[in-house]
Amino acid sequence: MKKYWNESRECATLHEMRALQSFRLSQTVRHVYQNVPYYKAKMDELGVTPDDIKGVDDLSKLPFMYKQDLRDTYPYGLFAKPLDEVVRIHASSGTTGKQIVVGYTRKDLEIWDECAARALTAAGGDHTDFMHVSYGYGLFTGGLGVHGGAEKIGMTVIPVSTGNTQRQINIIKDFGSTLICCTPSYAMYIAETMQEMGIKKEDIKLKAGLFGAEPWTQEMREKLEDMLGLKAYDIYGLTEIIGPGVSFECEEQTGMHICEDHFIPEIIDPDTGEVLPEGEQGELVFSCITKEAFPLLRYRTRDIAVLSRKQCSCGRTLIKMLKPRGRTDDMLIIRGVNVFPSQIEAVLLSMGNSDPFYQIIVDRVNNTDTLEIKVELSDNMFSDIIRSVEDIENNIKSAIESTLGISAKITLVEPKTLTRFEGKAARVTDKRKLLD
Amino acid sequence: MLIKQLSVFVENKKGRLSAILNILRDNKIDIRALSVADTRDFGILRLIVDDPEKAYEELHKAACLVNLTSVIAVGITDRPGGLADAMDCLSAEGISVEYMYAFISKTDDCASVILRVPDKDNEKAVDVLSKDFKILSSNEII
Repeated sequence: MKKYWNESRECATLHEMRALQSFRLSQTVRHVYQNVPYYKAKMDELGVTPDDIKGVDDLSKLPFMYKQDLRDTYPYGLFAKPLDEVVRIHASSGTTGKQIVVGYTRKDLEIWDECAARALTAAGGDHTDFMHVSYGYGLFTGGLGVHGGAEKIGMTVIPVSTGNTQRQINIIKDFGSTLICCTPSYAMYIAETMQEMGIKKEDIKLKAGLFGAEPWTQEMREKLEDMLGLKAYDIYGLTEIIGPGVSFECEEQTGMHICEDHFIPEIIDPDTGEVLPEGEQGELVFSCITKEAFPLLRYRTRDIAVLSRKQCSCGRTLIKMLKPRGRTDDMLIIRGVNVFPSQIEAVLLSMGNSDPFYQIIVDRVNNTDTLEIKVELSDNMFSDIIRSVEDIENNIKSAIESTLGISAKITLVEPKTLTRFEGKAARVTDKRKLLD
Repeated sequence: MLIKQLSVFVENKKGRLSAILNILRDNKIDIRALSVADTRDFGILRLIVDDPEKAYEELHKAACLVNLTSVIAVGITDRPGGLADAMDCLSAEGISVEYMYAFISKTDDCASVILRVPDKDNEKAVDVLSKDFKILSSNEII
């Protein structure tokens, strides 16, 4: 069994890695400057030209990119390749209904497959494995991302996607799935449903799971490993950069190795933008240095993390990021879906509630995230007829579901009963314990 | 002839109903009839009171979600089939009933029924019912 997918890259010396990064960075900056007027304008504004970026040490001269930049250029404004060379589009939810759209050339997909293949190999997978993909397929990058990596390795891929848990379990058992990927909360749900169905971990062949797209704790890892009889690995990625496989855990399980030959990480002070030394906690920033169609430079992920070059027992020299410790914005990750409170507010506004007072309560019940939205009824919404009030509740519920893509419990409450806040409303109560 | 009914939104939580009723007590408002419609998460308290405008104002002041609705009060003789006859009148005209509740009058042998029909049908419902039944004014509901 191969220990590494790409040993020369994953175990390169620091000197080799920096030389490679410097070369690729300068090339990508030139490519972006020439093909993305939006970013060229940003560089021009700072008086930076591609000639100023000779290597990784010059990275901090470049302007940052924010999620807002992606929205402002929706849908194709940041593409650095003609659309006829783009072979795939993915998208993730935006805050106001506007999605974040990314594109991939054939080469970009190969890079993605490569990164996912490294992650799968690090989790002990090889071509003899049966890869059970329970991430959603579609515009979400989860399903197809891992799928591509598994195919590249030559695994037998079972593209189950999400839903119908009992059927999933029967497939795991009957088809002999040996690896699984999904969100950790869904893995937990699978484990519990398995118990209900009377299927023991000895009845299935799963040996490893790659769980990502939402935060999870060490406690949850131990539970999953015990209940499913597998080793649970964290995998990290974001649509804007490429999808799952930006970084991944190895057998040491003490942080995720970043594919830094493709994505250079930095940790910055989120307030000043200043680059922080290794080991300090701050906002994670990525620069894509090999992608063609959508090579974001210095993209601010809003994830709070720590980088570490401490030698890893697995032999990989790729820099590690410790599990994100939260976010600098108000984004919530609920059942693997990115949710911004402003999306919920927009829905309530669109339903004629001119000054919506609401409270968002996120919890984790039986290891599944729950979303409850308390909404104050206003005079014009209230009626003496139960059916009309229930209609309001149901309309909000379905509008929320179609906007966010996840279900929510709507609770109507009396006016002026939710806590009022001065200034920025703290309308979110997150009861989940996601950090150790 | 229509009468005013108060409807109050009541969250399903401890003490809500008594808080609302206390507002009425403090303002010396007398309840003549009531019904509670409930769902899992909330209820709607419907009230016929002696001074609906004042009750509305006081409840509104106390940040209750309240509205005033027109309903029909009908006196129905207390005998088997009395209510069925009244319903026949309405269904013959294609008028549907959103909800209803009844109480016994203290003064005669009639039952009083509060009927809520769609707003557009109010007039027609009063018309057809008044042929055979007594439509009650708010003073008559004691």
